[in-house]
Amino acid sequence: MQRRHFLSVFLGGITALLIAPISAFAATWNKRAFEATKFSNAANDLAIKNEMPSQDIDINAPDRAENGAIVQVEINSRIPNTESIAIFVEHNPTTLIGHFTFTNGALPQLVTRIKMAETSDIKIVVKAGDQYFTVAKNVVVLENGCG
Amino acid sequence: MRAKLINDTTEVKMIINHPMETGRKKDDFGQLIPAHFIQLLTAKLNGQPVIEMQWGTGISKNPYVTFYLKSAKVDDKIVVNWVDNLGKTGEGEVLVTAG
Repeated sequence: MQRRHFLSVFLGGITALLIAPISAFAATWNKRAFEATKFSNAANDLAIKNEMPSQDIDINAPDRAENGAIVQVEINSRIPNTESIAIFVEHNPTTLIGHFTFTNGALPQLVTRIKMAETSDIKIVVKAGDQYFTVAKNVVVLENGCG
Repeated sequence: MRAKLINDTTEVKMIINHPMETGRKKDDFGQLIPAHFIQLLTAKLNGQPVIEMQWGTGISKNPYVTFYLKSAKVDDKIVVNWVDNLGKTGEGEVLVTAG
């Protein structure tokens, strides 16, 4: 009996360990969108539709990147009620780079560093309510950063 | 990780040590290096979620992110959790300081 009791406590502990890290994340990773090679497919998998060009999204990235392994991108959405920002590089082997969702007083603004395989547009898609807005910036890449 | 309150906005900067392998790179012996990259990252302010990030292999090695919070005060706690495609996890936390 004692041994059984020990086993059940022990197994219960393992189960708790397995569940705990997963429950820290509200969303599941969008596998299909991240494995898509074309923008249109990745956008579909993120339910992006009828995205309209907007001048209220600022994107700051270099005109030329010597090394595509590290390209710094700054994004700021001035569109009211921005919920999320998605970053795409159209000519990368997989086109979706990252998807950022903002709640509870987080500003729809970020800086990050991305990989670029070759000269391409960086395309940003902002979700606000059920509308989607987009802006693009071309970056000339001298050395493939996707290895 | 660093979080500074400047005027009424908190700027949070972080760098994570992670290889962010795409799965397309070969080692010195011509063998493909398996994909190894962070997929999900959440940031919480005093236990409340503020940002959720999903990443692919296109985020640079040793990921760098700056994000901005409107609702944070000095000494508030920001906690970041991540998980990668191999199920490895990491956590970082920082208190907001006056800028």
